[in-house]
Amino acid sequence: MNNKLQKQLLKRSKAAKLERLGKTVSFLALMLITVTVFAIIIFVASKGLSTFFSNHVNVIDFLTGKDWNPNVTNSKGQPEVGVLPMISGSFVVTVLSAILATPFAIGTAIFMTEISPHRGAKILQPVIELLVGIPSVVYGFIGLTVVVPAVRSIFGGSGFGILAGTFVLFVMILPTVTSMSVDALRSVPRYYREAALALGATQWQTIYKVVLRAATPGMLTAIVFGMARAFGEALAVQMVIGNAALLPHSLVSPASTLTSVLTTGIGNTVMGSLQNNALWSLALVLLVMSLIFNLVIRLIGRKGAMSK
Amino acid sequence: MQKKRWIECLLLVGLIILGGWAYQTRQINKANMTITAVGSTALQPLVEAAGEDYATHHLGTFINVQGGGSGTGLSQVQEGAVDIGNADVFAEEQKGIKVGRLQDHRVAVVGITPIVNRSTGVNHLTTNQLIKIFTGQVHNWAQVGGRDQKIVILNRAQGSGTRTTFERFGLKNHRSIAAQEQDSSGMVRQIVATTPGSISYVGFSYVDKTVQAIRLNGVEPTNQNVADNSWPIWSYEHMYTGLKPQPLAQKFIKYVQSKEIQNSLVRRLGYISMADMKVTRDGQGRVQEVEASHE
Repeated sequence: MNNKLQKQLLKRSKAAKLERLGKTVSFLALMLITVTVFAIIIFVASKGLSTFFSNHVNVIDFLTGKDWNPNVTNSKGQPEVGVLPMISGSFVVTVLSAILATPFAIGTAIFMTEISPHRGAKILQPVIELLVGIPSVVYGFIGLTVVVPAVRSIFGGSGFGILAGTFVLFVMILPTVTSMSVDALRSVPRYYREAALALGATQWQTIYKVVLRAATPGMLTAIVFGMARAFGEALAVQMVIGNAALLPHSLVSPASTLTSVLTTGIGNTVMGSLQNNALWSLALVLLVMSLIFNLVIRLIGRKGAMSK
Repeated sequence: MQKKRWIECLLLVGLIILGGWAYQTRQINKANMTITAVGSTALQPLVEAAGEDYATHHLGTFINVQGGGSGTGLSQVQEGAVDIGNADVFAEEQKGIKVGRLQDHRVAVVGITPIVNRSTGVNHLTTNQLIKIFTGQVHNWAQVGGRDQKIVILNRAQGSGTRTTFERFGLKNHRSIAAQEQDSSGMVRQIVATTPGSISYVGFSYVDKTVQAIRLNGVEPTNQNVADNSWPIWSYEHMYTGLKPQPLAQKFIKYVQSKEIQNSLVRRLGYISMADMKVTRDGQGRVQEVEASHE
């Protein structure tokens, strides 16, 4: 009898088995994702770096060159693969759209969490979720048929350019930034507000001096997140920015971004040729930039956590 | 508990059925009854339509057609990843392609015409004026006989077959200045139609009444003028295969080149039939008259 009981106790129970199975499955899933991420990074890097190692393009020339004509070689016998126009185009639309989106996003978030939490959650939440769900090609098409002509008639030029790209990206990153700002504001402890109100602060003073200050790291993360999304967006921007590999000299002159050149060019090049490798190098620049955005988000998060 | 078992059983049966089905289809694939054609989006509609036709006449065969661009088509067929590579350009015009490893099959001709926005007030240009516009020496339509309006140049993406052909035969090997680029002909037409002062170029089949086609040196962009080369901006549509193509790929290309398809589908879709051409042109751009009987 005793022996039997001992056996039963020493035997792995059904629950323990199940737990082990669950652990293995989740570990396998994690491994799969990690391997995929590293495979992508290694693949893009090997392809992108071959521009410099096997085609012997100078890295500095590549990053600072102003002419993008991979089919043509310049006077020095080097192919014209300068990506400065694309990098600057990408950065300008990203930063401008973030600057434009931030006040709207923070305002909406404040309304939803502080001023009218009930109505905000009931009406604005679904609206924002809806905005997230709209596919980017739809944004691009609306941009092409509405935003571009509007920009043309108000600001002049052909309408295609950084300004049109900024407007489209503004709408696209708005929901991301808003919903993350809402989370940041909601995570501010209730007693902060109560203490401020008890000291006689008005609602505005509470929001401005206490809640917003406490939520700053979270909001910064939200903005950087939105910028990362804007930086990587390809289709919608490509439809409205004009895709001219020129250094942007005004907001209404056609420009290009890293992603727009990638999507328009990749089908017309041959695997392993310089033209193709140069596009992979663009992809590598894009990947590195998004890694940097990720790092920045982590950094802000850590700093915010320390000051609390 | 009992219910769970049932679900598990059902899943297992489903998996077995799926596996069996996959095995069946694999058998068919193994018999070389499927070929894949990849490449030029300009040629894609023709190959797709011809492929469907072919498959209905030859049961059990399947022609899988994908876009991706001329460069993709040529490189994939060179690597042996696909059976047919569709391209708007000669393989020797595409960098990174080893011409010796590929076999050229021309299946149609496409004429390319400059198009402008209707508000420019221009409907004819000379080659010289065209070159000046695309190299940035002329900025206003008034300088070439149109209204006082800024010229907006719209290009296809670098390396696109249409752009290569246009720069070679329309601009006499002059390179267009850096300007807006779009990656499809449909998009180009849409933008030219809506942007005042814009100019670009598309295949004849894309021209409609929303845009103004250009008379070049007094010659109308028509199929007849392409046939005798008096309209110089045209290109062959090629279907490239490896040196030892699959039997089905060979048969399919023969089918596309046959009189039946050339006279019906090719014309209906806005291409120019090979049989109508009174001249031939090689990869170097040398033009020759065709002798009375066609190959």
